[in-house]
Amino acid sequence: MSNQHDAHDHHAGAHAHHDEGWFKKYFWSTDHKIIGFQYMFTGMLLALVGAFMAYVFRMQLAFPGQAVPGWGLVSPGQYNMLITNHGSIMIFWVAMPVLIAGFGNYIIPLMIGADDMVFPRLNRLSYQLFFISVLLLIASLLVQNGGFGGAWTAYPPLSANKDFNLTPLGSTLWLLAVAVEFVAFLLGGINFIVTAMNARAPGMKAFDVPIVVWTIVIASILFMASVGPLVAGAVMLLFDQTLGTSFFNPNKGGDPILWQHLFWFFGHPEVYVVLLPAMGIVAEVMTVFARKKLFAYKTVIYTIIATGVLSFFVWAHHQFVAGIDPRMANVFTVTTVLISIPIAEMCFVYIATLYGGSIRLTTPMLWALAFMAEFMLGGVTGIYLGSSGADIFFHDTYFVVAHFHYTFFPIAIIAVMSGVTYWFPKMFGRHLNEFWGKVHFWGTIIPFNGIFIPLFILGAAGEHRRIFDYHSFPHLATPELQAMRVFATVSLVVMLAFQPVFIVNYLVSMFRGKKADKNPWKANTLEWTADSPPPHGNWPELPNCYRGPYEYSVEGRELDYWPQNEKA
Amino acid sequence: MLERFLPAAASYAGDVDQLVWLVTILVGFWFIAAEAMFFWLIFKFRAKEGVKAQYITGKEKHLKQWINIPHGLVLLFDVFIIIAAIRVWVHIKQTLPPPDRTIQVTAQQWAWTFTDPGADDSLGTADDVHTTDQLHVEVDKTYHFKLESKDVLHSFFIPAFRMKQDAVPGRIYTGWFKPTQTGDYDILCAEICGIGHGVMGAKLVVETAEERAAWLQAHAPVVEEVASTEDVATDGASTDSTSAAAGQQ
Repeated sequence: MSNQHDAHDHHAGAHAHHDEGWFKKYFWSTDHKIIGFQYMFTGMLLALVGAFMAYVFRMQLAFPGQAVPGWGLVSPGQYNMLITNHGSIMIFWVAMPVLIAGFGNYIIPLMIGADDMVFPRLNRLSYQLFFISVLLLIASLLVQNGGFGGAWTAYPPLSANKDFNLTPLGSTLWLLAVAVEFVAFLLGGINFIVTAMNARAPGMKAFDVPIVVWTIVIASILFMASVGPLVAGAVMLLFDQTLGTSFFNPNKGGDPILWQHLFWFFGHPEVYVVLLPAMGIVAEVMTVFARKKLFAYKTVIYTIIATGVLSFFVWAHHQFVAGIDPRMANVFTVTTVLISIPIAEMCFVYIATLYGGSIRLTTPMLWALAFMAEFMLGGVTGIYLGSSGADIFFHDTYFVVAHFHYTFFPIAIIAVMSGVTYWFPKMFGRHLNEFWGKVHFWGTIIPFNGIFIPLFILGAAGEHRRIFDYHSFPHLATPELQAMRVFATVSLVVMLAFQPVFIVNYLVSMFRGKKADKNPWKANTLEWTADSPPPHGNWPELPNCYRGPYEYSVEGRELDYWPQNEKA
Repeated sequence: MLERFLPAAASYAGDVDQLVWLVTILVGFWFIAAEAMFFWLIFKFRAKEGVKAQYITGKEKHLKQWINIPHGLVLLFDVFIIIAAIRVWVHIKQTLPPPDRTIQVTAQQWAWTFTDPGADDSLGTADDVHTTDQLHVEVDKTYHFKLESKDVLHSFFIPAFRMKQDAVPGRIYTGWFKPTQTGDYDILCAEICGIGHGVMGAKLVVETAEERAAWLQAHAPVVEEVASTEDVATDGASTDSTSAAAGQQ
């Protein structure tokens, strides 16, 4: 937390002059902004792959047994492969790289007034490993016998034994891809933590740091602390698959449920690893466009920390009916339901931030508000699943699917869109088109609800997950339930049809958009004092910090904002 | 809620439905209150010409109450939910009422095999009835089931009973249910178990004592044959071939 001056003096000189080739600038760069872009664009491209998979299996569910345009007939094996990789891609290769690695890299140094990450080459290595994991993942889909189809949770013995899953190479490559990716994020996470702790602008105390930086740092700590058991488990599973060990093989003394503990000990904190940065982005956008100080800044930080700590004690709520000692369910019901306390507090604080504001419904603000509105439904439906008695019924039904899409979609798409549209002027020095931005917003939000509201109802009717065709189950094959499946699929197709609006708007605005000045939103945080886009090294002279990040509409000042670097 | 879509055909199904109602009312209240407040604030404090936003730190006592009182109430509601959830859980999963009959349920890729104790009501005897993809139980009798898996994880899910339990290879899990309503229901496999997961189902028939007696009569094994076979569970697949074929289509 000290010696900021030394670090700055050293870096400012080192990055002053740079005129490299195209390859070195965009592919071999140590500039945190370029690495952020690499993560963000890779993640967004993979989001298209994940979305295409969703399209194929939703079409199969709505019109079972008919050829899907753009794919063909969907076999049961392909169906399992599609749902498995849709889940893995969207969580591990979209939410994680875009939210944490993408935004984390781009905005942390800019928001804390540093010229780069503390370990720039470690940062480059992190992306390179991530890129290898992407190649492994794609390879796993293309090898003989097809991609892994044992669900993103990869429960053994199905995932461990090729006689059960029938995809010997696909499952091994998939698992390898996940393991390599986690190493990549571990390197990136260490960098975020060290940078935010050591490279802050002179005068920036811990409680002057913007919420989004806090959330990314705490998310990185959660990730670091939880990923160890999973990587260990992944190595054990790899050995079970390839060397014939039997860590998870009950016929030779192993225990399949052990994997579930290792997986969810990571898997549940992981939810908060992506949720927290999303909440952080929303905090930045809401304060700027409500022209309001965040209601109770410190409370938000305490709730972030409380959520993070509690998230380590809830994992077995994924395993209530998995065959664990039933008494354990009581403990985990208590901890799981109690996590609603910090999360509800956080939501209340965000809502209260609007009170007394002057709210401008720009595109980033619409996304941020939509995040709150949608995420709250995801939050409250989690209570059904955390209540052990009700989870006996709801576990592994579409109610779960609808619940976590109401949390993950707001996180990985809505909050990301909020951040992308908010920082776009900083990233490219130009404005996105507001009109097409709003068209894309409504064209995404309305169909999103159209997809997942029916899934809550289907889940309540007992529809279980990961079934390619419900014809085998008379009570689930009724015309009413089939009509809901069709409605969800049509909504998805509509939503996907609106995505080119965003892509075109993004690409056109990047080159032809209205020019943006340094601080187009009249925001306080330090990134808005750098040029748009900031050069390598960010500032000719690194800024100082004199106050907290949310001093909007301070009484007695003519301007309704007060940048953190302004002396008085 | 659930009873709108599904019959409640077991003694504890109503308990789960009540719990779901309780959760719906308690969290539904917060959901509606929070969303209403949220949209009202967006409308009320929309940007207006010449109106500046207020400077509020969140330390003001009269404003803080708007966070603290709801927060305390959320905690209180949480306690209600936890108590109700644990009561239902303990009743279904942690207590085993004395059984009238014990059956065996075996899962494998991709079929359910059931063993009924037969006329003598005890498992492991020559008159056991083995069926695949069809389970017959008698209404208003308490059943214990011994659940096991031969290969990968499966999950024994009867939506009409609100009952679900994973089958784990290498373990035998004992659970219970008490059917209260006659009729045909679905048995599903709720845990992904390979490419046949999508067709792994079975039919549950809850019937009266007389109907069950007739069914037993019709399906009683020829004693000599069964006694000479070790692995009856697998061979038992053929004893109810009509239903097995129906389930696989």
